[in-house]
Amino acid sequence: MSLLDIKNLSVEFQTAHGLFRAVDGVDLEIDQGEMVAIVGESGSGKSVSMLALMGLLPWTANITADRMLFDGIDLLSISKKERRQIIGKDISMIFQEPMTSLNPCFTVGYQIMEVIKEHLGGTKKELEKRAIELLGLVGIPAPETRLRAFPHQMSGGMNQRVMIAMMIACNPRLLIADEPTTALDVTIQAQILELLGELQKEKGMALVLITHDMGVVAETAEVVNVQYAGQQVERQDVVGLFDKPQHPYTYALLNALPERATSKRLPSIPGVVPGLLDRPTGCLFNPRCQFATDKCRKEAPDHASKVLCHYPLVDGKPTNNHPGVSASDVSVSGGAV
Amino acid sequence: MSEVQNTAEQSSVPEQISPLRQQFREFWFYFSENKGAVVGLFFFLFIVFIALFADLIAPHSPDQQNRDFILIPPFWQDGGSIEFLLGTDAVGRDLLSRLMHGSRFSLFAGCIVIVISLTFGVLLGLSAGYFRGFYEVIVMRVMDVILSIPSLLMALVLVAMLGPGLRNAMIAISITYLPHYVRLARASAVAESARDYVTASKVAGAGTMRLMLVTILPNCMAPLIVQASLSFSTAILDTAALGFLGMGAQPPASEWGTMLAEAREFILSAWWVVTFPGIAILLTVLAINLMGDGLRDALDPKMKRS
Amino acid sequence: MGAETVLKADNLKRYYEVKGGMFSKGGTVKALDGATFKLEAGKTLAVVGESGCGKSTLARLVTLIEKPTQGELVLGGMDIASAHSKEDMITLRQMVQIVFQDPYGSLNPRQKISDILAEPLKINTKMSASERREEVLSMMSRVGLRPEQADRYPHMFSGGQRQRIAVARALMLRPKIVILDEPVSALDVSIQAQVLNLLTDLQEEMDLAYLFISHDLSVVKHIADDVLVMYLGQPVEHGTRDEIFSNPQHPYTRALLSATPVADPNRKKDRIKLVGELPSPLNPPSGCSFHPRCPLANDRCEAERPVLASTSSALVSCHAVEEGRS
Repeated sequence: MSLLDIKNLSVEFQTAHGLFRAVDGVDLEIDQGEMVAIVGESGSGKSVSMLALMGLLPWTANITADRMLFDGIDLLSISKKERRQIIGKDISMIFQEPMTSLNPCFTVGYQIMEVIKEHLGGTKKELEKRAIELLGLVGIPAPETRLRAFPHQMSGGMNQRVMIAMMIACNPRLLIADEPTTALDVTIQAQILELLGELQKEKGMALVLITHDMGVVAETAEVVNVQYAGQQVERQDVVGLFDKPQHPYTYALLNALPERATSKRLPSIPGVVPGLLDRPTGCLFNPRCQFATDKCRKEAPDHASKVLCHYPLVDGKPTNNHPGVSASDVSVSGGAV
Repeated sequence: MSEVQNTAEQSSVPEQISPLRQQFREFWFYFSENKGAVVGLFFFLFIVFIALFADLIAPHSPDQQNRDFILIPPFWQDGGSIEFLLGTDAVGRDLLSRLMHGSRFSLFAGCIVIVISLTFGVLLGLSAGYFRGFYEVIVMRVMDVILSIPSLLMALVLVAMLGPGLRNAMIAISITYLPHYVRLARASAVAESARDYVTASKVAGAGTMRLMLVTILPNCMAPLIVQASLSFSTAILDTAALGFLGMGAQPPASEWGTMLAEAREFILSAWWVVTFPGIAILLTVLAINLMGDGLRDALDPKMKRS
Repeated sequence: MGAETVLKADNLKRYYEVKGGMFSKGGTVKALDGATFKLEAGKTLAVVGESGCGKSTLARLVTLIEKPTQGELVLGGMDIASAHSKEDMITLRQMVQIVFQDPYGSLNPRQKISDILAEPLKINTKMSASERREEVLSMMSRVGLRPEQADRYPHMFSGGQRQRIAVARALMLRPKIVILDEPVSALDVSIQAQVLNLLTDLQEEMDLAYLFISHDLSVVKHIADDVLVMYLGQPVEHGTRDEIFSNPQHPYTRALLSATPVADPNRKKDRIKLVGELPSPLNPPSGCSFHPRCPLANDRCEAERPVLASTSSALVSCHAVEEGRS
């Protein structure tokens, strides 16, 4: 049995302009010690699905799922109190902005010890010892003195390390990192990603990494979920995803990366991610897809398949009797504009 | 070239309605969420209507003294008369007519106070927030001094210096309100000055006046409008208070506060002469406060997103 | 084409005095400490570095928002130190414009697009309202916006469209130089490609010189002709794109390149680990400011500040490279 098992998760929000489906039929399965990356652009629902798992969404959100099991416990039906026992102890989450995720009024040490006390308990001496140990573990020099530092006295990278220390304090079995390095400089990003990777291996944690950066995915993840407009469009292991993307969106997204460009002109994806008011019928990607047919515009592809597309790509060419795209059209891939 | 790839992007703008109407629609959506605000708005419009057409709808002239009908109670009490719905005062003037005309003074005073304090407050606050430095220190410390004196006392002193009367009362009240506007305007101006669009205007060569009035000011208005609507009601209260103390509108003007002061001696014998002006003040102030609450919900972006 | 030098900076410096607070000492922040470079028409110079390296300060100097503390800045043959009259300022201003990182903060939310775009013309030219309108509409079509969008407000546009508007505003005065301050880092990958293509097209069409400020090396590699790597206000390496990317010499450049994630899972590379944090600009290290984090540092690096010197390829400011240590 996998550690986390989510089947057909949907999240809807009641807004001023009507119902908005932020997450639409997402599946996620992750085993102990596995590392999954969720990739998507803004508006793809990647953070919302994880916040739903944590129970951190506002009351306006309506969460439905066929199955949402953590270690065999049904997260949908348990009480708030039981959920609090799991969240923060067995499941932890790191956020994007290290500066605002820590409470500026309290010292770093106090905040870490508070977390340990809440879930594991212990005397003040023990708590302090454990906090120093944790700060050392995440690579903070001179942890004894840093205990008494306030968040604003440290840099963004240091604060993110403190956040990580806090989140692994109770030896969680699942750690969710929501764009943990987006706000940091490149050299610091490399340090933090390495730290996360090491901790994951050492402690056998499962790690869900939410990011928009394909480079980060390529260097850290094992399995990748690609999300688009709230839907999960593709799930593959990392090598397969980058070598043989099967969904046209993944394919186009990878081609739009400057580092993969073959000419000065980048093959871009036309248009934007659909919002609340301009949801297309059929496949949500069809207005921006170079392979879209009438079938794509009418029918939504089957959620059950591994790739959410009527015509999954093989070597950049659509299969499944796709009408009317010859090999020569395909190879230009949007660069024709 | 880029037009081609952009076609789909452009279709994302949802509705083709004029921005003003859309802004109003959005405003009304948030405003109408607050039911109290809507009630307040309608009551306020009702008062405005009465003030505008007091000459036509008031049954009597506010200054007409009916010597035969002195201190007549409201019509539902013994001795009341249908002719004087809310009764008469000590010199036989119709209370209802006086209240209707009195609403003019209150609304007028409220408006003038807001206009004066908003104008000067914005000018001082905006310039302080824009220029910073020594000028800012001077302006803000003067405002602190004004704030440190109880506002009614301050107004009393000012009126005593300027001489009693509605006009001077309004000036005095405006000065006591000034610091609130200056502080708000300064805070917004400081925050907005740091934004990229202001820098972009600077790079385009915009001068000081243009930056302050065209670029920054419109973006500072939302909190100021909310503050204005809320202090409208306090302005009415303070005008009434000054009137009551004999420092505001002078008799025989039918200003609500002045009416209260005149009727003080009858508080035990003829309850209506004190009660009705009091209720008029209470309801008007309450309505405006409720309305201001709704305005804040609709206009203040910080409240909106929470 | 391309031979005309439109921007020349010589030993450009900008210091800020920091007043001491109740508990802290004051001091001088050397936000930019000696930048020297040239920019030719139709070319792109990328300025690369992490936070606090002085790239934003450089942008503020070149756009004339701030005056340099020291050094020479020549825009289109005109030294800014010699510009005093209003006409001179207008000439200079028409030469250089800027596009900001955040497309949400850089457009005035209370102004229509047509007013935002017309503002530079209104201030700096004597065009009539109808001429301005015409100019605005033609610029809008050039950056891929439709004429009926002219009377909308910024909040009705997506991030990518806003960035197009910001580009259009920067081009209204037909500048020779455009400062691009992280123009695509706030955008999604698919939108980023659209904007980068637009920028490339406009550069070819109008023979623009770009000063491209970025921390994203993959974008820089795609768009730049020359690269200037900065660290803590000082340039550490300056060369052509190929020199920097295929043969980086300064240890910081190398670390930066190796830290940048590459979207290729098959390429497992040895990462140069940089220890420690960026030092505070208020209290920079002695000698070479990179020495506390540098794997090649020795006593000389700690004591003596290196200068940019030509090597076999790029200009590098490093004792280790000079001495051949590695």
